[in-house]
Amino acid sequence: MIFPETWWGFLLSYLTAFAGGGLLCAGAQLLIVKTNLTPARILVIFLITGIFLQTVGAYEPINSVFGAGISVPIVGFGAALAKGAITYAEQYGILGAFAGGLIQTAFGIGAAVVASYIVTLIFNAKAK
Amino acid sequence: MSEEWKSEGVIRRNDRYSKYVKAITPRTGMFTSMMKAFAIGGLTCLIGEGIGDIISLSFPDLSTDMVGAYTSMILVTVAILFTGLGFYDVIARHGGAGSFLPITGFANAMSSAALEFKSEGLIFGTSSKLFNVVGPVVVNGVVWSTLAGIIRYLIMLFTV
Amino acid sequence: MSGKNQTMFFNNNPRIISGMSVVGKREGEGPLGKYFDEVVLDAKCGEKTFEKGEQQMFHKVILGAIEKANLTPHDIEVLLAGDLLNQLVSSSYVARELPVSYLGLYNACSTMTECLALGASLVDGGRFNKIACATGSHFATAERQYRYPLEYGCQRPPYSQWTATAAGCSILSSDGDGPAITHATLGRVVDYGINDLNNMGAAMAPAALDTLLAVLTDTGMDVSDFDAIFTGDLGRLGAEILRDLAREQGIKLGQSYSDCGEMLFVREQNCYCGGSGAGCSAAVLNSFILRKMNEGEYNRVLLLATGALMSPTTSYQGETIPCVSHGVILENVL
Repeated sequence: MIFPETWWGFLLSYLTAFAGGGLLCAGAQLLIVKTNLTPARILVIFLITGIFLQTVGAYEPINSVFGAGISVPIVGFGAALAKGAITYAEQYGILGAFAGGLIQTAFGIGAAVVASYIVTLIFNAKAK
Repeated sequence: MSEEWKSEGVIRRNDRYSKYVKAITPRTGMFTSMMKAFAIGGLTCLIGEGIGDIISLSFPDLSTDMVGAYTSMILVTVAILFTGLGFYDVIARHGGAGSFLPITGFANAMSSAALEFKSEGLIFGTSSKLFNVVGPVVVNGVVWSTLAGIIRYLIMLFTV
Repeated sequence: MSGKNQTMFFNNNPRIISGMSVVGKREGEGPLGKYFDEVVLDAKCGEKTFEKGEQQMFHKVILGAIEKANLTPHDIEVLLAGDLLNQLVSSSYVARELPVSYLGLYNACSTMTECLALGASLVDGGRFNKIACATGSHFATAERQYRYPLEYGCQRPPYSQWTATAAGCSILSSDGDGPAITHATLGRVVDYGINDLNNMGAAMAPAALDTLLAVLTDTGMDVSDFDAIFTGDLGRLGAEILRDLAREQGIKLGQSYSDCGEMLFVREQNCYCGGSGAGCSAAVLNSFILRKMNEGEYNRVLLLATGALMSPTTSYQGETIPCVSHGVILENVL
């Protein structure tokens, strides 16, 4: 965090999170309305953007300003994947690159798979 | 096969028709839909920031990476619960990109496929269709991040 | 319009002696709600899956229509039926419970008029005396096959359409009372290069125009000769496009023209441009249109159901959407 540990620094960090996340989503919405890109394609574009930002080292400085505003959107997921791949590659050699991304994001993916499974056991899809 | 239906005249007719259709088709209101995406996407991130702060205040020894991991676990679980209860898609109808871009959208896509194919059983339905919608994200994420790791490794080799 | 004759003229007056319609909750709340025979509130009709629910709806309309005609399933010789699902499961699984010959037909949302055209020609030619024609569609099953999971949060563009949960069945007979099918025009497949899966109305409107022109040329009739002209499921946008296209050809579709999909919902129901699906035109025909004809308000009606013949596979492969429309002319004859 680059913000000082005062009440206004605290407030500012929430403001940037809201504004950053909102702007990213509004940008994606603009793509939806203006182009014929499907959500899946847009997600992949933003994901690769995150991977790219992490690879060139630009993600961390942005994240320190916007916090969850960039880490909660799919950009953050891409950045985490790349971070894992890079860390493991540096630590274990080139083969580490294959494992690092999944290891870094395993918490989220694991939770999603297990929670989806449990929810499926309990609920049913509803026709609207 | 006769190529008549792709003749120049037909191509010209189709071009003219698609221009006309483009002009007459009502579009999603750009300003309102972007405002909604901004509000719902921003709010999701705000909640994420709050969860992160609570976790790091409660467990001051945790690394930033772990705080992020726990935050996304909580967001993902809540989104999946919302999906099961049947109101994530109601929010998403307004939120648009504000609902599918955050990690909660990833969770919704996964669990909605799981629920949808429950009728074919837990093995052939839920289990095999779980990545039906989120597949592109996971696959591209792994492929491109691996590439990123390899590139950074090579850079490290040649700079040291 | 091809310059060839596309129209069958029926001289022996094959008649629609009864019709039955069953719709889902949302359709029942729409403007045509009071015309439908039955509104099922549970999307699964008490069954375990949506697919079984759709079959249940099919079952209800077919047996209901037979009963309304004071017949039993044993009196029906042939069932012509179709739906939107792969391998026509809904119609075929219902047909296995009935003691009748069965032809499964698929022309997407125009299947109802395809069934009627074929059925009428079989009856008119004296091949069979009693034929049941049924089609249906279900929002939840079509959504899974053509789009995304039900609970997936996606935003639809305002020009998309809502697959109707509806089914309809008509009983055709060589004798009895009811409006007769006097002509049936078999449409050609028309593709104007639209590839947006959400914009079915724009894709199908040229097919409707093509068949409309064929009807008018082949029969020598004029738009004003019909008390009402209905298209199947072009929706609000598609109907507007058809009016424009027809005007370009010098045909004025006035007050007498309406679209079944557009009629099914009001704007406030959040169904975007209106209903679609094989059940849409079938349910409107067997409720609203038949009732108005039997009451004498309409005496000659043209129904042009329209169908988009793509599959998710072809559209992911970048193909455009071929469409077809078949027309039938219903007339109150003595």
